[in-house]
Amino acid sequence: MTSLTDPPKESFRLGMLIYDTRYRSLTIQVVALIGFMIFAAWLINNTLYNLAEQGKNVAFGFLSDPAGYDINQRLLDYNSQSTHWRAAFIGLLNTLLVACMGCITATIIGVFVGVLRLSNNWLIARLMTVYVELFRNVPVLLWIVFTMAIMIETLPAPSDFRGENPEASMVLFDTVAITNRGVYIPEALFSNGLGDLPILPDRENPSCQPGEDGTLGDDCGVFQISLDLLLIVVVFGASLFASGLIRKRADRIQNETGDRPNTWYLRVGVVLLPTIAVLAVLGFHLGYPELKGFNFQGGTHLRNSLIALWLALSLYTAAFIAEIVRAGIMAISKGQTEAAAALGLRPNRIMNLVILPQALRVIIPPLISNYLNLTKNSSLAIAVGYMDITGTLGGITMNQTGRELECVLMLMLVYLAISLSISAVMNWYNERVKLVER
Amino acid sequence: MKKTVFVGVLALAGMSASVAAAGLLDEVKTRGKLNCGVATGVPGFAAPDANGEWQGFDVAVCRAVAAAVLDDPTAVEFVPTTGKTRFTALASGEIDMLARNTTWTFSRDVDLKFDFVGVNYYDGQGFLVRKDLGVSSAKELDGATICIQTGTTTELNLADFFRINNMSYEPVPIETNAEGQQQYLAGACDSYTTDASGLAATRATFEDAANHVILPEIISKEPLGPLVRHGDNEWADVVRWTLNALIAAEELGVTSANVAELASAPGNNPEINRLLGTEGTLGEMLGLPADWAVKALSVAGNYGEIFEKNIGETTPIGLARGLNAQWTSGGLLYAPPFR
Amino acid sequence: MVDIHFVRKSMIEEQEPPVATTGVAGWIRENLFSSPLNAVLSILSLAFIFYVLSALLPWIISPTWAATSLGECREILAGHEGACWGVIRERWLQLLFGFYPRELYWRVVLDFALLIVAVAPVLFTGLPRKMLVFSAIYPFLMPWLLWGGSVWNPIAAALGFVLGYYAHKLAKPTLGSLAAVILAFVIPIIWWAFLSGPVVDALASVLPLITLEGVESRNFGGFMLSITIGVVAIAISLPIGIVLALGRQSNLFIVRSLSVGFIEFIRGVPLITLLFVASTLLNIFMPPGTDFDIILRVIIMVTLFASAYMAEVVRGGLAALPKGQYEAADALGLDFWMAQRLIIMPQALKISIPGIVSTFIGVFKDTTLVSIIGLLDPIGLSTSIRADQAWNGVVWELYGFIALMFFIFCFSMSRYSMFLERKLQTGHR
Repeated sequence: MTSLTDPPKESFRLGMLIYDTRYRSLTIQVVALIGFMIFAAWLINNTLYNLAEQGKNVAFGFLSDPAGYDINQRLLDYNSQSTHWRAAFIGLLNTLLVACMGCITATIIGVFVGVLRLSNNWLIARLMTVYVELFRNVPVLLWIVFTMAIMIETLPAPSDFRGENPEASMVLFDTVAITNRGVYIPEALFSNGLGDLPILPDRENPSCQPGEDGTLGDDCGVFQISLDLLLIVVVFGASLFASGLIRKRADRIQNETGDRPNTWYLRVGVVLLPTIAVLAVLGFHLGYPELKGFNFQGGTHLRNSLIALWLALSLYTAAFIAEIVRAGIMAISKGQTEAAAALGLRPNRIMNLVILPQALRVIIPPLISNYLNLTKNSSLAIAVGYMDITGTLGGITMNQTGRELECVLMLMLVYLAISLSISAVMNWYNERVKLVER
Repeated sequence: MKKTVFVGVLALAGMSASVAAAGLLDEVKTRGKLNCGVATGVPGFAAPDANGEWQGFDVAVCRAVAAAVLDDPTAVEFVPTTGKTRFTALASGEIDMLARNTTWTFSRDVDLKFDFVGVNYYDGQGFLVRKDLGVSSAKELDGATICIQTGTTTELNLADFFRINNMSYEPVPIETNAEGQQQYLAGACDSYTTDASGLAATRATFEDAANHVILPEIISKEPLGPLVRHGDNEWADVVRWTLNALIAAEELGVTSANVAELASAPGNNPEINRLLGTEGTLGEMLGLPADWAVKALSVAGNYGEIFEKNIGETTPIGLARGLNAQWTSGGLLYAPPFR
Repeated sequence: MVDIHFVRKSMIEEQEPPVATTGVAGWIRENLFSSPLNAVLSILSLAFIFYVLSALLPWIISPTWAATSLGECREILAGHEGACWGVIRERWLQLLFGFYPRELYWRVVLDFALLIVAVAPVLFTGLPRKMLVFSAIYPFLMPWLLWGGSVWNPIAAALGFVLGYYAHKLAKPTLGSLAAVILAFVIPIIWWAFLSGPVVDALASVLPLITLEGVESRNFGGFMLSITIGVVAIAISLPIGIVLALGRQSNLFIVRSLSVGFIEFIRGVPLITLLFVASTLLNIFMPPGTDFDIILRVIIMVTLFASAYMAEVVRGGLAALPKGQYEAADALGLDFWMAQRLIIMPQALKISIPGIVSTFIGVFKDTTLVSIIGLLDPIGLSTSIRADQAWNGVVWELYGFIALMFFIFCFSMSRYSMFLERKLQTGHR
């Protein structure tokens, strides 16, 4: 604000802290800060007093003690003698796994349903409306429990695969077994594998001493990375890069001469051949699940707790995403569709090339908050016994050690960190695709 | 200005704090209600019926304590707790006692600062399997999928058992007994493990109970009993001796049928007289009226009667007395003398 | 020369349109089989609908209404697949009201009926404005009807607000606006904290007008518990949310940081962790000896949870207002609070109503999570019911009933919210 005359010089009075707008905001802030600090101090004081009364203290040492319980789905090595730290970390990985899988499938289903809801096929549009309303208006906890119950009750038990005339049989040429304990799919195996690379190995640990065949123990390092996988990823990445170079060259030639050289066979070869060669050298083959003893052995076991949680979260979130997609598409003015049609584009190309790219800008922000919701809802894993971080750190660890304060605090911080990183990444993406307006 | 608000709130909090400082026994008496933590639903041990009345073996202990202290077996607020919330509910003072088939362990007694006042059911962890699985011992369960209830000692016992025997297994953690039963019946796990009493109770409700067996191995000791907070010995004594009175009454032959008659006049058995308050001043020592045990016993009778009514062989649950018989008939129940 | 021109002398009869484009056949052709892909999709959908219905209907239509146990159901069905509806007949009251005393059910029903009356003038603008008076009374009436006790309790609680209002009004001319605001905060708090309790006791003994039988919140359960938690949390979170939204928009750095920190923290953690706090930690945070019962603690945490979401909804409403409204308010010389009270908030809140309704639906659905910490909401009760010997093994009937109830509640609310959204949209064009 500018004024023609200087304000009259006044000496500072205490009342000015309140009545002078120049100081008032400062006063309010200081008071708010002091109030907040007193409140926080009051909470902490109460907590310490109450804990002392119950004979407890605040310490995180218990996390280094052996956990004592087993976890069925572990992406890294873990046994009941591992520490609570490790158990929490395994749980965190499980949370991230189901959240990632859920976000991907929810997006795919959501986009499909959202587009189909606008379909001119009356039946399909109605069916999709019923799906969306059904899932949006019933609590997600019920859907999770429902899905689990359906899987348990309707799918065959492993024992049904046994005997002369089994009631159930494996599908896809006997490679996949769908049971009510989960789905067993073939796993990748390497007969000339390179072994594992321990990350952050501890030289004192006896399992880090090379054994007779030169391999390291399973416990060596914080976790181990398969060298085979690493090699394949590196080779495949390099091939993709080479293929990109070929495309660039084709672009350049097309710009110069107007003729685009035919390079697709070259690119397919560059992408596939080195990877196939590496796989052959490593002795790649599939390990099929087989019914041995009580369970199927071999293959990768996708447990039904994972599948139920994944499906339920995907379908529930997809119902919300479908609505967002529909709203996003409807937000694009009809003129765009008509202009594209006038250019002679077919309906599916109109959708892919004109409508969706524009709708995406409207869709992304609410999509982010739905990804966040899905991640947070994955904490309901506890209802189907999926061992995510709420099940390990906030469940068995908390219950067995009685360290509620420490466990809940850590649990909240972990979720907060996940949420903040998702929104950070998504906001960055949102900034990038934002329409630059003049 | 903000400070005044906080001083006010602090003072308010201080007022409520001073109320809680008196002994729990007096507090329960002035409140006129006993807050008793129970399970959210375990067949035979604690479950609400269609009228919202709680029934079961653990519930009966709460009612006996309420009758002894407040002369009213219905003056109980039942607080349903899960495996996770039960200890904090007790530690925070939300409940006065916990009667929720809780195993007496060292760390719960010492580290979590609780007092187990006794044992009302001697249990152990067992395995339930289908007969057609062809398994006769828990040692043959290598590689099996096993359903366990989380939030209990069972998951630790199970991990230990399989580690000691060098076997592998696939744990399927579940939240409630009902879910465990559902998964087991559908064949999503080969075996269901929890306290043997729970297994028997669960098995009893199956359509084809005869096709399921409980394996002979009991892999852990699970003395289940009511517990109270550390530090209030008067209250702990009240709960402890109410439980003991139920057990002693069975040994002495005092039942709900004859307790009124026996209590009307001193008989020739001095221990019965002391128990029922016709002789001596045991009630006064506890801070209760002389006929406290009579009231506790008139609710549902002695330990044996409570057992038979809720989980005994005549009920659908059909548990045998086994370890929970009186020491005179080969069991472990051994109430200290009333003198 | 041949005359080849042709002029029609008479109108020809109107023709029927081709059969394929009218009537049922035309409709089917147009809407179901307009292209090969559509035809395939339609046939697949029909097959799917047939499959679902053929599996569900025989199960639902099952003559087991009178059964008193699962065993009896199995006898009636004699090996056929079918639902066991006896459990719903026996327990539906429990699923709705929990352990609330049976003879007092009328209080719950009356309470929620009055709730509809109280929110009606807010939701439907066509109703007379005078009904808003009842909306203002209702927050005091509701807890009294649910929890019972002396009629003086809600009156004393309301008196606090009245005292605050008059303290502000009377003090402002003599002591200045700041002192008036402080008094308007301090006097009600002193009244609630120290005076109202003894005064209510005294009044209740002298003038025991209407005293309802007290019901402890432990007896709350079933849908009644879900609705109570949801309604109370949303009602209290609305003012907190407004303050937080204003704080977040404020240009005072510390106030803004505190608001943003609170909102982002609550929105960043799952509700279940907040419920863990309610069940295990909240009493530890409070002064020694405080003993809020678990339902009160859950309501506190759910309120905090809802406030953060409410703040974002209100912030959306504030952001949607044209900047001219703020400038106009400034031009009239209104101070911040007056501008908020008279210009900004009435408009912003009106725009926010659909958002508030969907927040309510979300919170209402999320109340099912309390079953994880052992409260007997519908899902928690279904576990307890299955622990009864007679109903051990019943799954689908209970879940189906609960899902249906939730669907009815949430679907009708979301329809209303959509109707409102459409109305507001046209209002802005």
